[in-house]
Amino acid sequence: MAEEQNKIKVKIDGITVEVDPGTTILNAARKIGGEIVPPAMCYYTNLEGSGGKCRTCLVKVSKGSEADPRPMPKLMASCRTSVMDGMEVQNVTSEEVQSARKGVVEFLLINHPLDCPVCDQAGECDLQDLSYEHGVGQSRYEFEKRTFEPISLGDKIQLHMNRCILCYRCVMVANQLTEKRQHGILYRGEMSEISTYIEQALDHDFIGNVIDVCPVGALTDKTFRFKNRVWFTKPVNAHRNCDKCCGKVTLWYKGEDVLRVTGRKDEFGEVHEFICNTCRFDKKQTADWILEKPTEIASTSVINSNHYTSFNPPAVIAKNEKLQLTNQEQLKRTERLK
Amino acid sequence: MHSLTNLGQRPINHNEFKMSRKLLLKHIDVPGIRSFEVYRQKGGYNAVEKALKEMSSEEVVEQVKTSGLRGRGGAGFPTGLKWSFLAKPEGVPRYLVCNADESEPGTFKDRYLMTHIPHILIEGMIVSSYALGAKTSFIYVRGEMMPQIKILENAIAEAKAAGFLGKNILGTGYDLEIYVQPGGGAYICGEETALLESLEGNRGNPRIKPPFPAVAGLYNCPTVVNNVESIAATVDVINGGGEEYSKVGIGRSTGTKLISASGNINKPGVYEIELGLPVEEFIYSDEYCGGIAGGKQLKAVVAGGSSVPILPANLILKTAEGNPRLMSYESLSEGGFESGTMLGSGGFIVFDEDQCIVRNTLNYTQFYHHESCGQCSPCREGTGWMERVLEKIENGQGSQEHIDMLVEIAGNIEGKTICPLGDAAAWPVASAIRHFREEFEWHVNNPELAIKQNFGIGPYADPLVPVTK
Repeated sequence: MAEEQNKIKVKIDGITVEVDPGTTILNAARKIGGEIVPPAMCYYTNLEGSGGKCRTCLVKVSKGSEADPRPMPKLMASCRTSVMDGMEVQNVTSEEVQSARKGVVEFLLINHPLDCPVCDQAGECDLQDLSYEHGVGQSRYEFEKRTFEPISLGDKIQLHMNRCILCYRCVMVANQLTEKRQHGILYRGEMSEISTYIEQALDHDFIGNVIDVCPVGALTDKTFRFKNRVWFTKPVNAHRNCDKCCGKVTLWYKGEDVLRVTGRKDEFGEVHEFICNTCRFDKKQTADWILEKPTEIASTSVINSNHYTSFNPPAVIAKNEKLQLTNQEQLKRTERLK
Repeated sequence: MHSLTNLGQRPINHNEFKMSRKLLLKHIDVPGIRSFEVYRQKGGYNAVEKALKEMSSEEVVEQVKTSGLRGRGGAGFPTGLKWSFLAKPEGVPRYLVCNADESEPGTFKDRYLMTHIPHILIEGMIVSSYALGAKTSFIYVRGEMMPQIKILENAIAEAKAAGFLGKNILGTGYDLEIYVQPGGGAYICGEETALLESLEGNRGNPRIKPPFPAVAGLYNCPTVVNNVESIAATVDVINGGGEEYSKVGIGRSTGTKLISASGNINKPGVYEIELGLPVEEFIYSDEYCGGIAGGKQLKAVVAGGSSVPILPANLILKTAEGNPRLMSYESLSEGGFESGTMLGSGGFIVFDEDQCIVRNTLNYTQFYHHESCGQCSPCREGTGWMERVLEKIENGQGSQEHIDMLVEIAGNIEGKTICPLGDAAAWPVASAIRHFREEFEWHVNNPELAIKQNFGIGPYADPLVPVTK
């Protein structure tokens, strides 16, 4: 009972949810789930101080709280605004929010190279999803885009600054997972760039996680670069006993081969248990791992487009014997996958 | 040239003679006022004696609240109210930080004050620190102001030698140390949370608010960040009492304000005005700007530093309703952004008929593009985009769509960013197009002419038909 009293009520797009005090609007929305969850390009649950930078998660607070019902004057970054009791938030129901998000996406894309056809992140890129949902078909930016030379951060990680949206996630990984500051932002404004000290190699057992947290294709895994498109690979959850990390990973198979190892991402693309470099880069044999089950991927994801994990037979098949016969193979596979 | 008799419609103000009243700069002409001895002879540090010996810290805060003093750095937030928000948890130090990172184009009042009367700032710092219970205070000075840093350090040493700083000040048991910290010269470090980051030794990126500095500021402790002029003004508030101070000025704009006047005027410089002075008088009176240089016509004014909306001559002299525009927080912002502007930091930039508004807007936008910290997307990407589009228009390659697009880009930046730099970059562009659209269109439609000559005065000095609401 006491626990229930501590919960506070917040209404997002007309849906009420009860959360603990101190929860952010974004996390409250994630608790509801579905379409009303604001997109987040820079917020990362496990990284302290992340969020507030990309401005894609802006929402309208139409009622501040029960005690102070005034609306907030500006759009708020939902990832960094705590909910108050009785707060009312508008996301998809607010025209203002939608147009602001459209503006932010346009800003993010004006200097993005849009080289998805040759980018390893394509298919699992947050920016792709974002621009598909909120972007416009054509760019109004008629000037030369800013460009940088690709930088090699050691033998395992490649940095393509052109694609970076400066979310600071990788900087925070480096600051928070490793003992010493590994890299940071050089210069300012439009010319800011992620860099290590005089392009030194990143060298730490957990530094590979910068690849997982990168929402775009700016930091990519050199052991996987140009090997395959992610939608041709098949993710499988696996684990091993690792003395450095949790050892819980996703293996990305093409046929029999493990092409890539990543941390396990949740439905919002976040890794909750970071993995070490040994697991990520060196253990690429099925024999190294204990396989669990195919990773659950949203049915709308492009990664799912070439795999049929289950066949949902239309109702008509169940009644018609002839149809059952012609669909024998699919039905058998469905049985097997159950 | 205009004469002062044009001010006819204004109701007779019996305090007219008071308008030239000086508070901050009253001893500016005294030779050697920079030194401790002369400053002390002229009644300096009396406020410290009065506050520390006769008043409790709560009483000092109360006096500042009564005075109605508003922040002089730009936003105009009541200083006393800001002080009263300061969290006071047990066992946690509190800090006062003086924002002397004056970098707004068109504003140079703090530098002037620190150069000539550094002790008024030190005195204000002691009084304010006492009010807030701060035992360590910082003056964050812009890196380019090396001479001022030396002057301040020297003033601190003098005050310390005289027993106004250090341990047990004047035997009252109150300890205070003031440190001067030079910044790196980035405009963004004038934003209070970026300033605190920079002061802590980090990259000067603004923090995401809340929490506000009053709760978690410098080193995560409760902190008040005030502008140089606000802190200096507390000296007069304590000396004369908050009640007296609130009688100076007009309405909720109490006290005096330093205005940095620049541009096409006869007498550019720093002037102390009593708030409520008519803008027309400020521009044309010989006591202040002394009229437009070369006897030309006034075209436009940026009233509060480059980030506030620019207004054409007819709207800066009179409000949309036809009342004379006064130099006060309320009167300048009358009409909202439709027809008003802001007092801002008091950077008063005057443009005559020969100035090109497009070129000026481009100049400002270049500045904001260069100074954006690059932390949040709208400002990082938008400022550069605006600059490039404006460059096209200025160089005769623009189109009508470019003008509309600029308005949209500015709208997409405004209010969407972490700190007010986004707004500061968007307002000059949006307001220039709002009020000077004919000039932008002329640039687009007459590209060859626009490279050779300027648009001229246009309709911008024509009297407006007053809009009654």
